[in-house]
Amino acid sequence: MGMTRTALMQLGTSVLAGLERLGRAHLLLLATLCASDEVLRRPRLVLEQVFNIGTLSLVIVGVSGLFVGMVLGLQGYTVLAKFGAAESLGILVAASLVRELGPVVTALLVAGRAGSALTAEIGLMKATEQLAALEMMAVDPIRRILAPRLLGGLISMPLLAAIFSAVGVVGGYFVGVGLLGVDAGAYWGQMQARIDVQEDLVNGVIKSLVFGLVVTSVALFQGYEAVPTAEGVSRATTRAVVQSALLVLGLDFILTALMFGGD
Amino acid sequence: MVKRGMLELLVGLFVSLGFVALFFLAMQVSNLSLNLDQGGYRLTARFGNVGSLRARAPVTMAGVRIGRVESIQFDQHTYEAVVVMRIDPQINAIPEDTIASILTAGLLGEQYIGLEPGSSPDFLQDGDEITHTQSALVLERMIGQFLFKKAGEG
Repeated sequence: MGMTRTALMQLGTSVLAGLERLGRAHLLLLATLCASDEVLRRPRLVLEQVFNIGTLSLVIVGVSGLFVGMVLGLQGYTVLAKFGAAESLGILVAASLVRELGPVVTALLVAGRAGSALTAEIGLMKATEQLAALEMMAVDPIRRILAPRLLGGLISMPLLAAIFSAVGVVGGYFVGVGLLGVDAGAYWGQMQARIDVQEDLVNGVIKSLVFGLVVTSVALFQGYEAVPTAEGVSRATTRAVVQSALLVLGLDFILTALMFGGD
Repeated sequence: MVKRGMLELLVGLFVSLGFVALFFLAMQVSNLSLNLDQGGYRLTARFGNVGSLRARAPVTMAGVRIGRVESIQFDQHTYEAVVVMRIDPQINAIPEDTIASILTAGLLGEQYIGLEPGSSPDFLQDGDEITHTQSALVLERMIGQFLFKKAGEG
């Protein structure tokens, strides 16, 4: 009896702790969004974060996009050629990139490349009591530290995803048209005929905006809530990457179902 | 920390690259460029069955795209499908007795409208209807007919 009671109590405690954490995360996100007016007064703070999250991720996103596009071209060609539909390669490459791979892979890359850096930075600020020092000087760390980073992530993510998709389409062109001999006119023509601005492109941008919000806010929350020790910061960084990756993949399914599941 | 002028330059470079990519996707990859040409004139045609023809499908003559399907409606008095096509403005000499048929690109490809020019000296104007039409071939029905004929022979 006593054993069951303890086990149930432990379960209850952990569930409540998880819920409380979830609530704190949302409250922090809300507070950060409400504090975003700070960036109007100091736009340079956002500029620095767009540099950290966006510009510094350009190389990894561009190279990954090129290779993903090339692989799509190669794999798509071998499958489509079996059905005598190799001319549709352009649609396959562009639709997979613009709808799915562009937003999702970019979000995963940014979570690993920039999200972890954000968590470590803020966690270390907390561990070395820089956040407390800011508060002592009557500077709100949410306004000064978190809000510009969230906005930087929101701005960078759709642009990075667009670069990823565009580079990928060109990569697919290199392999499909350059190496495998698909007709260049068919590659671009079928792509243009079947990829819709509203349905594919706008939905892809909406996806990457959502992912930008998720990846950045998870990274910020984990850093802000990190246990202020070396071990705590390292754990928070790991959690930030794992949680944002899982959230991105889960949300991607829901968003896809909402956007493309209807027709 | 990056120097002051350098930061603005690099961020500007990144943001403009992003917008170039978006522009490239919009213009080169998707059909925005085709969406914009709202010029041209409308023709309608009635079909007994449009198969899986959809709006935005190409309208071709001699295999060359000369327009697009704008909309497909159902006429509940005649139980026919009314297809509205928008033809490019420079194609202004389509004979009145032109035949419109719904064709399929390849065995499994998308369906499109093929126009077969007639020999009338009068040309179709904006809002005219193509009276000679040929419905989509429904594969199941064709196979059914084929099997029925085979059984009749055997």
